[in-house]
Amino acid sequence: MSLTTDDVKRIAHLARIEIGDDEAQSTLKQLSGILGLIEEMQAVDTAGIEPMSHSQDLTQRLRDDVVTSTNQRELFQSIAPAVENGLYLVPKVIE
Amino acid sequence: MIHASLKDLAAALAAKKISSVELTQLYLDRIERLNPDINAYITVDAEKSLAQARAADERIAKGETGPLTGVPIAQKDIFCAKDWITTCGSKMLGNFVAPYDAHIVEQFNRAGAVNLGKTNMDEFAMGSSNETSYFGKVKNPWDRERVPGGSSGGSAAAVAARLAPAATGTDTGGSIRQPASLCGLSGLKPTYGVCSRYGMIAFASSLDQAGPMAKSAEDLALMMNVMAGFDQRDSTSLQRENEDYTRDLDKPLAGLKIGLPKEYFAEGLDAGVAQAVQEAIDQYRKLGAETVEISLPNTRLSIPVYYVLAPAEASSNLSRFDGVRYGYRAPEYTDLLDMYSKTRAQGFGAEVKRRIMIGTYVLSAGYYDAYYLKAQKIRRLIAQDFEEAFKHCDVIMGPAAPGTAFKVGEKTSDPVQMYLEDLYTIAVNLAGLPGMSIPAGFSNGLPVGLQIIGNYFSESRMLGIGHAFQQATDWHTKAPAGIE
Repeated sequence: MSLTTDDVKRIAHLARIEIGDDEAQSTLKQLSGILGLIEEMQAVDTAGIEPMSHSQDLTQRLRDDVVTSTNQRELFQSIAPAVENGLYLVPKVIE
Repeated sequence: MIHASLKDLAAALAAKKISSVELTQLYLDRIERLNPDINAYITVDAEKSLAQARAADERIAKGETGPLTGVPIAQKDIFCAKDWITTCGSKMLGNFVAPYDAHIVEQFNRAGAVNLGKTNMDEFAMGSSNETSYFGKVKNPWDRERVPGGSSGGSAAAVAARLAPAATGTDTGGSIRQPASLCGLSGLKPTYGVCSRYGMIAFASSLDQAGPMAKSAEDLALMMNVMAGFDQRDSTSLQRENEDYTRDLDKPLAGLKIGLPKEYFAEGLDAGVAQAVQEAIDQYRKLGAETVEISLPNTRLSIPVYYVLAPAEASSNLSRFDGVRYGYRAPEYTDLLDMYSKTRAQGFGAEVKRRIMIGTYVLSAGYYDAYYLKAQKIRRLIAQDFEEAFKHCDVIMGPAAPGTAFKVGEKTSDPVQMYLEDLYTIAVNLAGLPGMSIPAGFSNGLPVGLQIIGNYFSESRMLGIGHAFQQATDWHTKAPAGIE
């Protein structure tokens, strides 16, 4: 399988990373190298093998439904790029 | 004093031969003098460190001493420490003042240790040379034209140059063991789930694990007693009894069965590294251990598997950096999408972008089965290799890295070359096993690390195996020239 610069731009868009034409070109070369490395996997017979998502077979713990965290809005918003009246500010999305 | 073990430092503090303030100041002075060249630290805050040292001295005066009370410890800049800038080596978090402590940091605070500063690292822990840090390269104290390894390269360089008695690190694919190897230190990646990931900035959540980096296995054991433990805020933290990691330090090695994977001594291993590792294994034979050849047939596949799974998890984890709640935001943008895209284009470095894009690609519609699911299946085969191997031996030994420290810039042009640095370490993360590197000697004047891989939860025994070697040899006591 080989990537094109259009593929690179599409992936960058999905990842929400702005990319210029020149950068897409150089990224193409590097991503193709990495995908070439990854391609080695396809030769392995994995029929009947259960996928392993985690090294320990854990189930999620349950806890009592009680309050464990306190509201720290002011502290957390003190490091935000833009806030107003306790809300995070972003560019307008609805006209 | 700068070469002293943690045990000796704690004893000197308890006996009031030195105060924590004096000890901390000694290291702060060294950092001021040597760090401008080595660049092991991103953030040093003398006032904060000394305040903790004064508090430790008060505890010591009251006789409330623990094994690390008053001892300065450097923290990898991946761990949130309240009111400290915590950058993770990225421009994205260049202005991020952590509003809370990571569990590990909390544990050190509780023990009365002093946070000596935040150490440099590859950006978001993605790298094997510390060259991807936004805050500049770190120099290897053994040869300043060479890299210290990565991603915990700042921690490794700090301890090697005696700019800290010990430091924390994290290891997703070798990021504790490889820099420990390249800088002549002892470093341990515990079993997955032993140290809490709470407040440790996430890279690949199913692989990330915190661990200690220090001058000896005994120091690592003392650090582990502070770092390990259950934490309900990490959903994969393991609920187990607390252990004393020093308990097996003096256990004899007679009858120990060491597995030597033939794949770890094959093509791609530097001859000087191979020789030092073989001599270390001979030393173990002299100490009463037996060796047996084993096979980990899927070793080679651990790299492609890792470069699917880790980027996939990273692409998801790093989606949180969007310029909305904290961290960097692009100064100019037209709309919300443009703000996200420009913030991420400007805030992330090239390697991080590459990995996010690989992850995005392998998870995208139509490719999931061919890449992600396939990689997870081979991950099981890799874990089964170890399961089979441990039927024939107690621990596995081999090199931690295929070579010694390489020159700055030597491997930056081809990411794939850099990825091969982790050939012997990655499989351990995929299987979730504990792995350690200890100094085994030198090749052309550069340190070589011996990797010791244990079965799940065998850290205490592994530390004893490392300690026995360090009682019989003095490689771990060597320090680079030019750090006086």
